[in-house]
Amino acid sequence: MPLPLDLQILNALAALLLLLSFAMLSQRRIVTLVNLLAFQGALLCAATLLLAWRTGENHLYLSALLTLTLKVVFLPWLLHRLIRRLGVYWDTEPVLNIPGTMLIALLIVVFSFGLAQPISELASTATRNAIGIAVAVILLAFLTMITRRKAMSQVVGFLSMENGLFFGAMSATYGMPMIVELGVALDVLVAMLVLGVFFFQIREQFDSLDLHHLESLKEEE
Amino acid sequence: MNALDWVTQLMEVVAALAAAPLLVGWVNCCRAWLQNRTAPSVLLPYRGIRKLFHKDAVIAEGASPLFRIAPYIVFGAMVTAAMVIPSMGTRLPFTTAADAIALVGLFATARVFLSLAAMDVGTAFGSLGARREMMVGFLAEPALLIVIFVASLISSTTSLPAIAEALATRTLGVYPSLAFTAVAFMMVLLAENARIPVDNPATHLELTMIHEAMLLEYSARHLALMEWAAALKLFNYTCIGFALFIPWGTSTGDAPLALVAAIPVLGLKLLVAGAVLAVVETVSAKLRVFRAPEFLATAFMLAMLGLLVHVLLGA
Amino acid sequence: MTTGLSSPLAICLALLAAWGVVGLAGMLRPASLRFAGRTLFPLGALCGAALAVVAGLNIAAPPEQIVLLIGLPDLPLHMRLDALSSVFLVLLGATSTGISIFSAGYFRRGQGTLPGLLCLEYHLFLASMGFVLLADDAYGFMLAWETMALSSYFLVTTQHRIPEIRSAGFLYLLIAHVGAISILLAFGVLQGGTWHFTFDSMRTAEMEPAWATAAFLLALFGFGAKAGLVPLHVWLPEAHPAAPSPVSALMSGVMLKTAVYGMLRVTFDLIGTPAWWWGLILLMVGLLTALYGVVYAAAQTDMKRLLAYSSIENIGILFTGMGLAVVYFGVGMPVPGTVALVAVLYHALNHAFMKSLLFLGTGAVLHATGERNLGRLGGLIHRMPWTAWLTLVGALAIAGLPPLNGFVSEWLLLQSFLLAHEVPKPFVNMLLPLGAAVLVLAAALAGYVMVKFFGVIFLGQPREARLKDAHDAGRTERIGLIWLAAGCVLLGLLPTRVLPTLSLVPEQLGLSVGTMATSSWWRLVPLPDRGASYSPMIFLLAVAAVIAITVLAVHYFYHQRIRRSAPWDCGFVRLDARMQDTAEGFGQPIRHIFQPFFTLERELPTPFDAAPRYRVTIGDPLWRALYLPLGRVVQRGADSLAWLQQGRIASYLLYSFVTLLTLLALML
Repeated sequence: MPLPLDLQILNALAALLLLLSFAMLSQRRIVTLVNLLAFQGALLCAATLLLAWRTGENHLYLSALLTLTLKVVFLPWLLHRLIRRLGVYWDTEPVLNIPGTMLIALLIVVFSFGLAQPISELASTATRNAIGIAVAVILLAFLTMITRRKAMSQVVGFLSMENGLFFGAMSATYGMPMIVELGVALDVLVAMLVLGVFFFQIREQFDSLDLHHLESLKEEE
Repeated sequence: MNALDWVTQLMEVVAALAAAPLLVGWVNCCRAWLQNRTAPSVLLPYRGIRKLFHKDAVIAEGASPLFRIAPYIVFGAMVTAAMVIPSMGTRLPFTTAADAIALVGLFATARVFLSLAAMDVGTAFGSLGARREMMVGFLAEPALLIVIFVASLISSTTSLPAIAEALATRTLGVYPSLAFTAVAFMMVLLAENARIPVDNPATHLELTMIHEAMLLEYSARHLALMEWAAALKLFNYTCIGFALFIPWGTSTGDAPLALVAAIPVLGLKLLVAGAVLAVVETVSAKLRVFRAPEFLATAFMLAMLGLLVHVLLGA
Repeated sequence: MTTGLSSPLAICLALLAAWGVVGLAGMLRPASLRFAGRTLFPLGALCGAALAVVAGLNIAAPPEQIVLLIGLPDLPLHMRLDALSSVFLVLLGATSTGISIFSAGYFRRGQGTLPGLLCLEYHLFLASMGFVLLADDAYGFMLAWETMALSSYFLVTTQHRIPEIRSAGFLYLLIAHVGAISILLAFGVLQGGTWHFTFDSMRTAEMEPAWATAAFLLALFGFGAKAGLVPLHVWLPEAHPAAPSPVSALMSGVMLKTAVYGMLRVTFDLIGTPAWWWGLILLMVGLLTALYGVVYAAAQTDMKRLLAYSSIENIGILFTGMGLAVVYFGVGMPVPGTVALVAVLYHALNHAFMKSLLFLGTGAVLHATGERNLGRLGGLIHRMPWTAWLTLVGALAIAGLPPLNGFVSEWLLLQSFLLAHEVPKPFVNMLLPLGAAVLVLAAALAGYVMVKFFGVIFLGQPREARLKDAHDAGRTERIGLIWLAAGCVLLGLLPTRVLPTLSLVPEQLGLSVGTMATSSWWRLVPLPDRGASYSPMIFLLAVAAVIAITVLAVHYFYHQRIRRSAPWDCGFVRLDARMQDTAEGFGQPIRHIFQPFFTLERELPTPFDAAPRYRVTIGDPLWRALYLPLGRVVQRGADSLAWLQQGRIASYLLYSFVTLLTLLALML
């Protein structure tokens, strides 16, 4: 049963988004990680524009513009600046080796897809099949945060989670109310600035951004 | 099964035998051009095979009869595989006897005999190569099977010509599951045919060899058969890729004219495929051997992802 | 339900009794090797062949029942011969023929057990397995099951003077009995309130779903312990290497299949309508077992342990297929369910032949060289050509290469997985293709394992000097090997003959409506509307024709000169046989990739060692995580009850007195 062309492209964009999450899981170079994040933002922007054109909802155009400025231009630029100033270019070995991480990621994807199948029946949008992919992207971003050692990669994971949330909202209900979206965007921005300050503090204290140094902060029994 | 089908079958085998070394020569030419070297003649592999046939076979003292039989079995398996793959037409009588899973089984047979022959001589290089070849194989084979599985889920059959026909007649559109599996298939092709980034086909360093290590002890007509079989393997994999992802242009058994027209279409596809392969090889660096399982695990995961996306999105 | 003397069931029972007689005859002249070897074992083989023929001819016939008046007064033994039993009897008979012929030439003096006693235990083992397959009530089943366990225990501990073998036997007996208790409990639940323990009453008993599930899980635990499912598999890699090779072959080839038979009988016959989600449990356990087994097999350095782990893998595959069949039948898709079930039966038959062949091959190698360690073998294809080439057939078959039999059952199972995405349950239609991926991975790894097995033992240079004195298998041993290899080849080339007969089993169990569609005598088409077909004979013909044409062409156009010379040594003149890849080395990529599965202990040499040594010990994490703590708990519990053993007669009399009082109170 062939879908109309724009829906096919939306499905393709969703699948590409999932692929990017997998790619982020296996990347060791932090610069590439940030570039992948920017690419994810670009895909989201494209998907929002396509959806806006298809449904004619005007607030989606605004949303796309916001995504473009924030996620494709500003945040990656900020992150790249941080990377240059902190001098972290490579991540150390992740907590679990890469094939093991991929395996867990695959199981998470199966879980999300299975979870999303009954939810998709309830939603009424054209992109309801992509809800499973949105859930998967969120969970995979969470996994990225868990399996990384360097603080920078964890921040990228956090931002990717927000991307997944945005995509999920879009595919389920054609976007969140504008207030919510602006609020979330502001939150993310503020979090980024605060985290940037924190990175410098951590580096001053421990001479490295490897987060397992933070474990020494716990009380000895 | 009319006469045209048998003619198609025969023509495919002949084309495979004749064109496989040409494909290898073309890829080498493209690589040379991309590396800013003067390319050797495109017909060089033919001359190499012919030269090898004339030589005396030098066999190691400890080799058993298995060593001498293996080249024939490997060559036979590759030619039989060429009979199953719809490179020119989709009405092939032999495919009622062997479907896509049997095709993967044929590749596995060739790989097993190649490894056993390498272990037969009893040197360090042979057994090391055998171990590495089996390591690449045991991850590449499931990835290939999953790719075929996805294609057979879409076309509800595991017979490769039927898959090709079903995919060719589908409405044109964007199919993410096929996109994922296409990337996975490309990675499997690179791994199984000993191409960069998994293995360097032109290397002379024994410690980095995977495929070459198994040909190390062979000479003369045995080596000629093995080299021809390797070229046939590349040809077969490329044609499987065409059948799954670029299936248009093959004859469907109605008209002899379609069969004749399929030949230049195949030639064009092979030209482009060879060039793409050369570009991929030139752009990538060879992975460390220990990273090869990660490469193949990624291919496997991509294929699985394609499967899941197909089940979820129905595309 | 004929019970005449010439009925197939009576003939089968007579043949089983004949096995018993042959066994007892061994005790007439217990120390005579010639008598046991020349007369008794071939007689046993003959009985086995006859059993296979009778059962094979009877698969299509309706079920037959008999009541034997042996046993306790109110508990006679019920026996039943139906399609499922017949299939497994064919397996038992055909495989044991080959193994018995091999054993006739195999058993040597000085094993620690007299040959006559060995003959008794062996044939009792065979007879008890036959009785398990024919039993139609819980009492008879358990009687035969226990006899099977005990006789195999004595066979495993044939060389009982060696302590490791004794402890392996103990572990085997322990887990066998834990499983037997579970099976007994399962039967207890299955009787469903009628308190009749015949299978007929269990078939018709109505059970609530909760009780049915309880029975299923108990049966899974019990039969899984015997079959070697993870985590109850720990006895397999100990017992199989400890036993003599024909016994290992019998255990791996036939005894594990009786556990599969038991599971099939309980799930599809006694419970009748399995719930679909039980299939998921079976599937997951099966896939875990398959992957676990094959990964461990790749890391082994003892050839019989390698084969034992490979058996674990194949049992996993069998349970995976069973799980798939249960899922399909449970959601109402009988066509792929039939294909899956037939694939399970076929794979059981195939594996019996393949694994027995491999174990017998290792037996011949063990006799010739005295070595089980892969690090001390090599190059045996020159000294033992018959053994080598016949073992190659078995190795290629297990690796799943066409046109041999391993490929056909794998192909069928994959074909039935193809319809998995149509299952109407949300998670399941995605988990099943994932399961197919794991199955395919296990199958590919099996190829790896077999290349390692065959390559390290038979190919290359001999790693020890005394391997040059190895002799090939004797005449009777060769006949046994040829029988099994021929079975592998024939089962691979003629599935179109075997599969329609096998598909009578689901039909008789009431699960499917028609026999599996097969297009013609040369072509196998399991799912007719799918267009996939496989014809092993045409396949073999094509490959053989291509190879023949190539050979002829090369011979015709070019010369055939050969020179012998030293192998390529890259300029290093002192290459010797110990520089070949070892078994550990060959398994290293698998150990590296699948690291979470193992517990590795490594002893690395330092540059300052005078005699540098590298040792790696691979442990089973389940042993440390599950069994040792359990053992400690049991030990503590036993210790805390030790106070009951007072040692004084007065307290023992007191116990009897208290029991008597309690019983009187309960009675009245």
